Amino acid sequence: MRTVIIGNSASAVGVVETLREHDQRAEIVMVSEEPHMIYSRPLLDHYLAGKIGRPRLAYRSADFHQRHNVTPLFETRIERLDTAAHEAIATDGRRIGYDKLVICTGGLPIFPPIPGREAQGVYTFTRLDDVDGINARIEQQQVTDAVVVGGGMIGIKATDALTRRGVHVTMLELAPRILSAALDEAASGIMAERLRRAGVSVLTGNTLSAINSTGGQVTGVTLQDGNEVPAQLVVFGIGVRPNTTLVQGSDIVVNRGIVVDRQMRTSNPDVYAAGDVAEAYDLVVDLNRTVAIWPNAYRQGGIAGADIAGLLSHDRGGVAMNAIEVDGLPAMAIGSSNAEGGDYEVFAELDPERLRYKRLVLQGGRLVGAILVGQINRAGIYTGLIRTRMDVSDYRKQLLSESFGLLSLPEHYRKHIVTGQGIEV
Amino acid sequence: MALSLATASFVIERDESRCIACQVCVRQCANDVHYYDEESERVFSNDASCVGCHRCVTMCPTHALVVRQNPLEFRPHPNWSAGKLRDIYRQAETGGMLLTGMGCDEPYRIYWDHMLLNAAQVTNPSIDPMREPMELRTFLGAKPEKLSFDADGNLLEDSLPGPQLELAVPIMFSAMSYGSVSYNACLALARAATKIGTFCNTGEGGLHPTLYPYGDHTIAQVASGRFGVHLDYMNAVAALEIKIGQGAKPGIGGHLPGEKVSLDVSRTRMIPQGTDAISPAPHHDIYSIEDLRQLIYALKEATQYTKPVSVKVAAVHNIAPIASGIVRAGADIVAIDGLRGGTGAAPTAVRNNVGIPIELALAAVDQRLREEGIRHRASIVVAGSCRNSADILKAIALGADAVYIATSALVAMGCHLCQNCYTGRCNWGIATQDPYLTKRLNPDIGERRLVNLIRAWSLEIKEMMGGMGINSIESLRGNRDHLRGVGLNQVELDALGIRAAGY
Amino acid sequence: MKRIVIHEEHCIGCRLCEVHCLVAHSASRNIIKAFKTERKAVMPRVMVEEDGPLSFALQCRQCEDPSCLEACVSGAMHRDERTGAVICDETRCVGCWMCIMVCPVGAIQQNLLGTHIASKCDLCYDAEMPACVAHCPNEGLTYEEVSEEKAPR
Repeated sequence: MRTVIIGNSASAVGVVETLREHDQRAEIVMVSEEPHMIYSRPLLDHYLAGKIGRPRLAYRSADFHQRHNVTPLFETRIERLDTAAHEAIATDGRRIGYDKLVICTGGLPIFPPIPGREAQGVYTFTRLDDVDGINARIEQQQVTDAVVVGGGMIGIKATDALTRRGVHVTMLELAPRILSAALDEAASGIMAERLRRAGVSVLTGNTLSAINSTGGQVTGVTLQDGNEVPAQLVVFGIGVRPNTTLVQGSDIVVNRGIVVDRQMRTSNPDVYAAGDVAEAYDLVVDLNRTVAIWPNAYRQGGIAGADIAGLLSHDRGGVAMNAIEVDGLPAMAIGSSNAEGGDYEVFAELDPERLRYKRLVLQGGRLVGAILVGQINRAGIYTGLIRTRMDVSDYRKQLLSESFGLLSLPEHYRKHIVTGQGIEV
Repeated sequence: MALSLATASFVIERDESRCIACQVCVRQCANDVHYYDEESERVFSNDASCVGCHRCVTMCPTHALVVRQNPLEFRPHPNWSAGKLRDIYRQAETGGMLLTGMGCDEPYRIYWDHMLLNAAQVTNPSIDPMREPMELRTFLGAKPEKLSFDADGNLLEDSLPGPQLELAVPIMFSAMSYGSVSYNACLALARAATKIGTFCNTGEGGLHPTLYPYGDHTIAQVASGRFGVHLDYMNAVAALEIKIGQGAKPGIGGHLPGEKVSLDVSRTRMIPQGTDAISPAPHHDIYSIEDLRQLIYALKEATQYTKPVSVKVAAVHNIAPIASGIVRAGADIVAIDGLRGGTGAAPTAVRNNVGIPIELALAAVDQRLREEGIRHRASIVVAGSCRNSADILKAIALGADAVYIATSALVAMGCHLCQNCYTGRCNWGIATQDPYLTKRLNPDIGERRLVNLIRAWSLEIKEMMGGMGINSIESLRGNRDHLRGVGLNQVELDALGIRAAGY
Repeated sequence: MKRIVIHEEHCIGCRLCEVHCLVAHSASRNIIKAFKTERKAVMPRVMVEEDGPLSFALQCRQCEDPSCLEACVSGAMHRDERTGAVICDETRCVGCWMCIMVCPVGAIQQNLLGTHIASKCDLCYDAEMPACVAHCPNEGLTYEEVSEEKAPR
């Protein structure tokens, strides 16, 4: 039995660790486009900011492949699949046979066709190569000003890191507010204010129409409103789209991402997909969708690995969520965090003095979303309530309380989650 | 409010070099003695409210606290001691009776401490309890007048004993009502009694439905208030006890303040929640031995003569004829509670001045019942402060069949004898119904400690019995030859029915 | 594996568990020094929740399928091979708070005392019994072998 995994990030590691836990003999091949060991992409901004050194980018220790008896194939890009022959075909023509294949190719950064984008000093922000490039440019070109395109999670991470490096950042967000996909106006406002306080120029409802350069080196951007912003560095942090190119032309069904069932199987029974490339079940919206976040990726990899190992596993579904920090102020968005109107019931409380904000979204008596700014300890209890779809209507008032904790919850649920016994969820 | 003249009983010494301001003392004191000052990040104490229960001292993780008696001294006066003066100050302020808890704390002579046990030397052999069986099993209840047999040698019916209580050790837990003590305390006592093979006693508080499973090891009281008394209650238990009096407060009824009558207590006692539970001083249907006999037989009828009936009285001046009357009224067990017996609440004046010490009462009763030839008709159980295994052995040698212990049991569970049971703010979670405080007594721990205590005492009793050359507790009962008095005058020796040491 | 079992009916809210947890994770492991000189650098990993007379001490439940482990982006959160405990390697944690966001009992806290990492129970790694259990005066916490099936997921 030979399992081939394409990818080397969270979901790929999830596949290996679970599969190996239950099957010591299966052959596992891990195919990676990148030359690096397994590193953590969410740590790239910490690395760029100088908060951690390069060794700490490692997500698993250097002996990961050896310890798990995995054959790594670095710098190998799979171009297409021949599912009939059970083969993955690399760009150099190599055919890698498999019994089971797991596609963990993640996402591709969105890099819109803006005029001038080929200039030196323009980067995306998802891979180590990007950060190495940005680092080199900051050191070699005396970067004083940068433009970050995108006011979402990636854009803000890049902005916060560059600011910590002493670079003045102009952040461009097309939407009327930053983090608009995750945060409501109040929370977004607090975070934008935080960015401004740290010296960032936050421009919303605006984006760039061209990248300007001299001698091939970027010198700034021209905005839609005609204004120009000087910059020696432009970073695109708009987001990612599922990296599905290798299944094009195969029998594998792709919607936005590769469509998978609750065992992470694609439409081809011997091919699985996990992580940012997969369009898997999201239990909050009760639909399959792509949610490019780390916990989903690792969990989905584990589900695929367990299924390959022959275990009965069933994904309860993911919850979209993210945590971010700007200049030391943390914020979290969980589930349908900024939903409003319709049958949504919203409870919110703002403490402007202490920069604390809490917003909870209920639907049909159940918690479906949460935003927390400032005070984030115990946020996971909300995530748990969202995940278990508990009816919280009887104690909705306590949910916002400053002293919210397990004691605010009904005894049977509390005892269940602390002891593992009691009710089934 | 006018200046109070009652100075603090205790002073609290906090070693600042050790205090880490963790505030465990603040959280543990139900009397709000300790408090945290955020500004200075220090813990301070208000000594005046301290009752000396040692909860904070015991819980302090750095042993930073010492509670001392207030060294404040009045001008010495043998008649007007500090305690007497403080009592007057308090009463002059409140106009009320002084209340207290636990047993008499006046220094009357403790006769246990003036009696010594015997041991075998040369002329008779001692017994090694590690090698030979030692019997502590005791049966309580009326024994037959005589043994008669039919022609085939079988016992005739009138030779069979009445219903008996079988005790693995001659030690029972005395009456402590649910209400005066917490549910957890009741549960610990009931479980421990079951595990040991002895009995606990409901007091006059009824029996909580969840304690019915321990009924086989429970004695249920019928007191003047009749709280919680009904047929199921009587049938759920092993024996019934008519409570006439209590050593800590002879002649007066019980009083459970409304604050301690929680919903659960009210249901168990069958009284409204939050109302004072006041049991009358006398049983209003008992004004004579004949009346008592009626109640005894009413209870026997109700339980179809399957359970022994005990009558509990306080040790008072004419205890011997009273006990005789009780036996003649048909009681299977006479329980006598001495001057030093405990209570959850009693007027201090009554507790400290009414009744007689149990040692003298026991000697008088045993002697009188023997003289009248009715000693076999009832077992004698004594209460009122057996503090250790030696006290118990001395009680048995004086004539008791078994002893009741309560204060010792409470101490085993954590009681520090601060004597503030009547306030309902017991920091050890025993004499309280406050849900913050009752949690402090984990019934598992309470049970374990009670079982340990009785086990330890049993070992010591066997060791000392063996030393006397006795291998059965029955052989020691009333065997006053194994006792000698020290430091007692002839009147006391005669009252106890023992000889002086040296004779 | 051995787990800390919570008995809320026996918790008396004294918070000695918090005191001794802090000491066990201090540099000196001396209670007086830990509080008097290290207080601004060390925090307890157990927390007492209290609401009226109801209280209990909560620390990491050592889930069978730990959400924190799956959410950890740095690889700091791992299952210790020797003890089976879920442990945060504080030399690798970057303080992204993903674990805090997913822990269903809320047992992980921010440690901002001169650092920026996630703080959680490690079952007192080197000790025979976790400090909170060893010092609980009322057996509100016990340390027991709990089978996998009965463990929190």
